[in-house]
Amino acid sequence: MTAGVAEEKGERPMTLLYSEVEEELRAAVRGLLADRCPPAAVLKRIESEPYDLDLWRTLAGEIGVAGLLIPEAYGGAGASASEAAVVLEELGRAVAPVPYFTSAVLATHALLQSAAVDQAGDLPQAVAVDRVRELLGRLAEGRATAALAVSFAASPYRPERGSAVRAGDDGARLSGSVSGVAGADVADVLLVPVNGVLYLVEGAGVEVVPSLDLTRPVATVTFDDALAVPLGPVDVAEVLRFGAGLLASEQLGVAEWCLDTTLAYVKERHQFARPIGSFQAIKHRLADLWLDVVRARAAARGAVAEGSAVSVAVAQAWNGDVAVRIAEEALQLHGGIGMTWEHPVHLYLKRAKAAEIALGTPGDHREALASLAGVPGPE
Amino acid sequence: MDEAQLKERTAAFLDRNDPSGDRLDFLRARFDAGLAWVWFPEGLGGLGVSRELQQVVERELAHTPQLSSVQGIGLGMAAPTILAFGTDEQKRRFLRPLWTGEEIWCQLFSEPGAGSDLATLATRAVRDGDEWVVDGQKVWTSGAHHSRWAILVTRTDPDVPKHRGMTYFVCDMHAPGVEVRPLRQITGEAEFNEVFLTGVRLSDDLRLGEVGDGWRVAQTTLMNERVAIGGAPVRRGGGMFGSVLETWRDHPELRTHDLHQRLLSLWVEAEVTRLSGARLREQLVAGQPGPEGSGMKLSFARLNQALSGLDVELRRDLGYDDWTFRRSEGVDFYGRGAGYRYLRAKGNSIEGGTSEILRNIISERVLGLPSEPRVDKNVPWKDLPR
Repeated sequence: MTAGVAEEKGERPMTLLYSEVEEELRAAVRGLLADRCPPAAVLKRIESEPYDLDLWRTLAGEIGVAGLLIPEAYGGAGASASEAAVVLEELGRAVAPVPYFTSAVLATHALLQSAAVDQAGDLPQAVAVDRVRELLGRLAEGRATAALAVSFAASPYRPERGSAVRAGDDGARLSGSVSGVAGADVADVLLVPVNGVLYLVEGAGVEVVPSLDLTRPVATVTFDDALAVPLGPVDVAEVLRFGAGLLASEQLGVAEWCLDTTLAYVKERHQFARPIGSFQAIKHRLADLWLDVVRARAAARGAVAEGSAVSVAVAQAWNGDVAVRIAEEALQLHGGIGMTWEHPVHLYLKRAKAAEIALGTPGDHREALASLAGVPGPE
Repeated sequence: MDEAQLKERTAAFLDRNDPSGDRLDFLRARFDAGLAWVWFPEGLGGLGVSRELQQVVERELAHTPQLSSVQGIGLGMAAPTILAFGTDEQKRRFLRPLWTGEEIWCQLFSEPGAGSDLATLATRAVRDGDEWVVDGQKVWTSGAHHSRWAILVTRTDPDVPKHRGMTYFVCDMHAPGVEVRPLRQITGEAEFNEVFLTGVRLSDDLRLGEVGDGWRVAQTTLMNERVAIGGAPVRRGGGMFGSVLETWRDHPELRTHDLHQRLLSLWVEAEVTRLSGARLREQLVAGQPGPEGSGMKLSFARLNQALSGLDVELRRDLGYDDWTFRRSEGVDFYGRGAGYRYLRAKGNSIEGGTSEILRNIISERVLGLPSEPRVDKNVPWKDLPR
């Protein structure tokens, strides 16, 4: 059917563990982020220029994360969702303001799907072969950044939410708008799905709106009779499902940072002449949160290893909730300092709360499980 | 020894011993062939090989006589403790009939005054020549009524702080002064017992480990208990969930929106817990055991309680299958009604370490958080408030 990278994984035995290659990739990304993207640096830039495009170029080009999901024939690494997930864990841990998820995951997957490119790199003739080939090459090397013009608040179950775009009669121009698009302001090209066809657009109005998530702001994208190249068919729901499965790994990273940072704080912070982490009221909460994170890791790994609609819905329903809960608890357990702008915990809370909505709320995913898992509602 | 050699050995054993013959003869022969627990030393039912190889033997001997669930405490807790701390004589005497099931074991640890704080236990053992005289009361003892032996922790020195004054014994359950009384639970039945020890005389060769070293010996037992509770693989939507789902699917007239929301949340929680268990087992096989195991029992207790409670509510059944006061040999979750499951699941967050103690263990040993200030560490046991 589609060029789903998750499907390709079927050839490997399913594992929930990290491979050595994945651990090496993690170490490279973590090392770079520790050096170039500490929370203080993120805080400093979010009100002027939230995206760190220098960091993105290093990540995309030197470490090669942008091309992970792109077949080797197009200059990518031909890796699987499992490797991309590890990158997302690390980017989540750092709330790194780079367009990896929006460009190298969502837009790239839509492009691969639309061109029906499989790992062998065969392109059907019906699509705009040269444009796809050229764009994949630029994306793989990090020379171009793309965004999928779909609202971040859409879901695999309501993929059209926030979109009102129509194609002109000649099929070469688009008009309308999409709200809540993430990563559009730093994208060189936009990939726009209209009535099951994916279009490539280079000139569109992108207006960033004040966003809850400071590190991944959203924009309203407007097309006013914009020139568009039809690339091929697209199943937006499938693209969003693929993205939702991987977003669970980013949420895991957010949750891990919140847990680690809070643990360090409660060991240091003294009140009543004791570290506050010695009070059972606090220890027990952290033990429960740790257990939630342990299960979030299993859920995230399950979603990329299996890639099925059930595994994705499970991972999103669980990890979306867990990331928010733990960010809220992190803020609370930091006390007054947690409420200040200067402490980075709010960046994680904002990311977690926005990611909870992105690509379907936990409630949307649970509702989907009613039919996916055979737990029908009242008649 | 590798898998192929072990298979050969097992096949050779089957050639010599007929599994359809006398059950006990077969099990004894299996023990003597070193195919009981392969990671135990030779001569004690094992071959001194890696524990992972046990599954090879279990697969090859799956169609032969199996051990019984009443042997659980002996196999899971007494045996590893005897292996670690027993004398050669004790290992030779106890391990074979323990494994074959000729002798059943129980555990005399908890007391009315010593639950989570086991180290405060008060059952006294006083030396009298080559014997020890034991007086006290133990509780929450499953299987005591058909046990031949028990593992027992006692207080031998009340004048030192509590962790230092304990001694570990094998208790002869047939000795005069041992009285076992069924303890009725909220389910109506008696799965457990109270055990009264009055002037029980145990010879010194029943002592496991040094005098005063009982706490260290008991730690070995308790660590093995938590491993045993780790949890077997379940399929998606299986386990306790399967029974609720069956009712849910068969009776659409019982469904409500409220129950549906809660059921879906629990389905997700059960699934991520199942995945964590699967991941944990993969880690163990890969030789990288993680701390995740500490959390599994906590998750299972919560899930079992929430699900069994929802099951009762879903059925709108005001009845109860059977309040008869009787002994039961084990936990029969699926052979009993939803009301029984609901009530029995309440014990899941108490038995084998309460959920509160498990949270302490996770927060201190896994997360490295400091312990609460202790008022009982350096005080002689006899001076502790109680």
